[in-house]
Amino acid sequence: LVGGGAMSGGTRLENANPVIFQRSGERQLTASEEDDDVHDPIDDREIFDILSINDPEHPLSLEELNVVEQVRVKVDDAGSTVGVEFTPTIPHCSMATLIGLSIKVKLLRSLPDRFKIDVHITPGTHASEDAVNKQLADKERVAAALENSSLLEVVNQCLSTRSV
Amino acid sequence: MAADRTLLLSLVEEFVSGLQDSKAKDTSKGVKDGQFTVLQLVEALGLSLTSSQPHTRARGVQLLSEVLQECYGDLTEREVEVLIAFYENRLKDHYVITPPVLRGLKALTKCTVLPPGSAVSMLRSLFQDVHVQSLMLAERACVYNMLINLMETREAELKGLGADFVFGFVQSMDGERDPRNLLLAFQIAKTIISRGYDLGKFTEELFEVTSCYFPIDFTPPPNDPHGITKEDLIQMLRAVLTGTPKFAEFLLPLIIEKLDSDVQSAKLDSLQTLTVCVSQYEHKDLAEFLEGLWVSIRREVFQTSSERIESACLAALTALTSCLSRSVLSSESEDCLSTFLDLVLKDCKHHLSEPDLKLVWPSAKLLQASCSASIRASHVITASVMPNIVEQYNSRTQCSHRRTLLEVVQRFIQSVKTGQSSENEDSVFLAYRESLCSMVFSALSESNSSLQITATSVLTSLGQQTGLLLNSDIELAVDHLTRLLLTEDDDRVCLAVVECAGALAELHPVVFITKMIPGLKTEIFSALMDQDNTEASEKLSHHAVRQRCLSALAAVSVHPSVVQESTPVLLEVLSSAHTGSVNFLVEEVVLACRSLQRIAEQVQDTEETGRCFHEVIIPRLLGLTLQAALQDEGSSGHRSPLVEEAVLSAMVPVISTSCSRLQPQLAEQTASRATSLFLNGDVSFLPDNSFPSHIQLLKKQQGSTWRQSQMVCLLMGCVCSLPPSVRIPQLDELLSELEEMSCTCTHTLSYTSAAKCFAGLINKSLQGDALDSLIQRTVRRVCGEMDSPGSALRTQAFTLMIWVAKALLVRYHPLSTTLTDKLFSLLDNTDLGSMAADGFSLLMSDSADVLNRACHADVRIMYRQRFFSENSAKLVQGFNAAPQEKKPNYLKALSNIVNKLPKQVQVTELPALLSLLLEALSCPDGGVQLSTLSCLEPVLADPPAALIQQLEALVSRLLALTSSPAMDVRIASLRCIHALSRFPVHEVLPFRAQVLRALARPLDDKKRLVRNEAVQARGEWFLLGSPGGR
Repeated sequence: LVGGGAMSGGTRLENANPVIFQRSGERQLTASEEDDDVHDPIDDREIFDILSINDPEHPLSLEELNVVEQVRVKVDDAGSTVGVEFTPTIPHCSMATLIGLSIKVKLLRSLPDRFKIDVHITPGTHASEDAVNKQLADKERVAAALENSSLLEVVNQCLSTRSV
Repeated sequence: MAADRTLLLSLVEEFVSGLQDSKAKDTSKGVKDGQFTVLQLVEALGLSLTSSQPHTRARGVQLLSEVLQECYGDLTEREVEVLIAFYENRLKDHYVITPPVLRGLKALTKCTVLPPGSAVSMLRSLFQDVHVQSLMLAERACVYNMLINLMETREAELKGLGADFVFGFVQSMDGERDPRNLLLAFQIAKTIISRGYDLGKFTEELFEVTSCYFPIDFTPPPNDPHGITKEDLIQMLRAVLTGTPKFAEFLLPLIIEKLDSDVQSAKLDSLQTLTVCVSQYEHKDLAEFLEGLWVSIRREVFQTSSERIESACLAALTALTSCLSRSVLSSESEDCLSTFLDLVLKDCKHHLSEPDLKLVWPSAKLLQASCSASIRASHVITASVMPNIVEQYNSRTQCSHRRTLLEVVQRFIQSVKTGQSSENEDSVFLAYRESLCSMVFSALSESNSSLQITATSVLTSLGQQTGLLLNSDIELAVDHLTRLLLTEDDDRVCLAVVECAGALAELHPVVFITKMIPGLKTEIFSALMDQDNTEASEKLSHHAVRQRCLSALAAVSVHPSVVQESTPVLLEVLSSAHTGSVNFLVEEVVLACRSLQRIAEQVQDTEETGRCFHEVIIPRLLGLTLQAALQDEGSSGHRSPLVEEAVLSAMVPVISTSCSRLQPQLAEQTASRATSLFLNGDVSFLPDNSFPSHIQLLKKQQGSTWRQSQMVCLLMGCVCSLPPSVRIPQLDELLSELEEMSCTCTHTLSYTSAAKCFAGLINKSLQGDALDSLIQRTVRRVCGEMDSPGSALRTQAFTLMIWVAKALLVRYHPLSTTLTDKLFSLLDNTDLGSMAADGFSLLMSDSADVLNRACHADVRIMYRQRFFSENSAKLVQGFNAAPQEKKPNYLKALSNIVNKLPKQVQVTELPALLSLLLEALSCPDGGVQLSTLSCLEPVLADPPAALIQQLEALVSRLLALTSSPAMDVRIASLRCIHALSRFPVHEVLPFRAQVLRALARPLDDKKRLVRNEAVQARGEWFLLGSPGGR
């Protein structure tokens, strides 16, 4: 997975001046959501809201950087599957695996056990797309990565709610 | 005399040789009491002062100095002269003597009789013989205080020293490291600069010796007793550095250098210092650094991710530009302002037209910051930028781009508004009026809702520029706004339109009266074509449009002239709804009342509007409801909506708001009209007077009279909200009728309103025996009723009791305890117990329509705290003594009380009640659970020690509640669990595994709102004790 050097050596940012996209507003509360008896299925927007996490390279959320878009989030509540495509900020972004891993961990922590979670790069947006996808799909490598405390530290930092 | 001398000698002996420090005090006392003089003391010290042992000499001088510190005020000029000469001489002595010498000199600097020339000579000796930075902390402080004292009283003399004084000071403070002393030193430097001491050739030295601390980097030690903060030092140093333009050539390069720093606080300090200093500078001080400063500021704004840095940059740029704007143009020199603005424009303007608009915001913010500095700057910038933006806007097709450009325009207009000073000045945007208007109107016609919303706020800003928009522009704007109101689907757009209309109507009432109000009226009264065939969805949208029109009518009614036109429309809605000539839903009638209420709240306070409410609106409301109440239901088949509880309840605040704002004379009249209507059936002031003559609204009558009796709520709205000075006629009779009705009527709205009205009047009644006996009579009646188990009227009696209790409690009336004690005793009552527990919520919360400050009720501050502290023990005792099945009532009462207390009080009172609250969490009543959770949550943000001790019980009870059947309880408990994750890590870490396991289940809750809370809480608990987490 990601080498430790990528973080510690990188005081210079790879993409210091990213294009910033407008955040989609807060989800509108509907009457049925406030009704005790109605069952609200888990939908794309809900997953998308869960993923408003920090990008390790930028003090902005992934949504503002267009790394995760709502149209690239697909959930099937009844079939218990979730698919998320993410788009690294630049095609050679060395953080791609880390971003993917953070997304995966966030979903693992936030969704019921029954879900099968698939996280991969939007096709055609990254130089080493296949390699990254393969790493993210490999359960054992993901588990091993999270055993690595320095890697877990970076992931946790991404998942900490912003205090600014 | 001889005895005194012996005493003096012995004091000296005991202090110097006996090392008894307390003798200094005795000696000072002797001098103060006139037992001996200072010169006698010097004589007595003779031997010690000439001793060959430096420590003995030091001890001698110390005694003298300590005496002087007490007695400097009593010295004569001659004595001072001698003492100064002595001390100056001692400065050359052994170093151990220096500290007491300095203390003596410091005491002498406070003398008012300091002989001329002595200040100078003192300082010369000081600077010559003492190396300040080799002294200890306290002695250095002594030197600084000497300087401060002398600068206060001997300014002219010190200035005579010329630049030597500055040089001496620079040498003294060079290398100072203690923050306490630095504050003193900075104070001296600031005085040197602000009082205009001659800096001579030492300007740079003075700058160097102070600026070496810039930017301040200081963290006070923990438990610092001196309380000096980093901010204190920053402010003092900033005052020195920015004090004089003479420092400009040194300070500005330093700022440019520090702006490059990686430390955020250094950048911020530099920018703030820059903002302050340029306010004193002229162009010549700045000229050679302008470009460097601009480059740094631009770089920061383009790159920074910190909002504080960005806004500090923009403030600095505004300050720079306004400094340049102040400089006087001379014929031969270039116009420095326009040169600088050219620089800004060159670097920023092109970003406004880049195809992807990538750096448009930072550039626009920079331009706007310069723009807001002065009128001249705003002319230069807008002249260059506006045509460009307009052209851009017209050439762009993407809505998001157009919106960005409109937002930029909006910010430009606002930035100029703040800079504009004189009223007569033409708006900077006059030249672009036409293109700006066409931009806004075209955006309003787009189908993109965010674009429309932005356009409305630009329109508002344009409307606020004095004299900018022509009448024809406003007319066109009103057409657009009206069209959007009537046709737009998106509620957010409509909200923005209503807001914009409100703002514009305040400034341009005539256009709204002639154009918008008639349009809205037509729409409100238009019936649906083909009633039967319309789809349900269309009906809904017709309803939505009506809703909007009603709220727009309220929004535009701020100016009295608009109110005169809009309120008749709203009243007509009520009367047509009553007669059934136009079909209105009950909901729409309620909305019309809300709009009237809003107008009553916001309208400008004038005699004219007061009359409008007093003579037209209130009589009309009363008249219409009376007609509705008297109508025979069977006759027409149409039931007037004005008998509905929802409508009446919406009418109450219209009446109470307007009555609470009435001028005294009108208020008096309204009070007497209302009472005579309700007591005597006097209908003479009502419009359309065709009422029967025998109306008795408060008396019990045959048949279904609830329609008439419920009108008592309007009486309450009127008489309970009048200013306290207004006398209510026939008060005793009124009170007794109200009491009767509230105790005997069987219609809920009627007896509740009668009870509230009674309570509202009692609350304002004058204290005294009459009031006391009235209350006692009422108490006897309600208690008697409640104590008879078979009575059908116990609920009525209870309702009256609780309202009277509240009326008395909020004004601290001594009889309130009789009633609240009764309430506590009812918690054990089988029938009324649960009602009594709910009653505490009513006692502790603000009620919307009566007994609040808005209707001039007598409400003392902190009555809740007082009630709580007087009664919490009673509650705990009652709980412990109560039988098991009654305990929930106590818990409910407790959570009702605690819930309404301010958080600070909750936190201090909680430890005593904690076990009860934990008990309440496992109480099966959902309401008790919810209110306990909601009062726990704020307390958890700053947990008291008592809570941490009970953590285990708390965690397990909270986790159990996450599977409650009520979603509110699930949500509230998850929030509390989330809050627990911020407890000290070592306290909560043991529960991590348990909590994570338990939170897996709510992640799959059927309600989305519950899942959201669970996701957040679980995420935080995962981070606990994990690397990179917490």
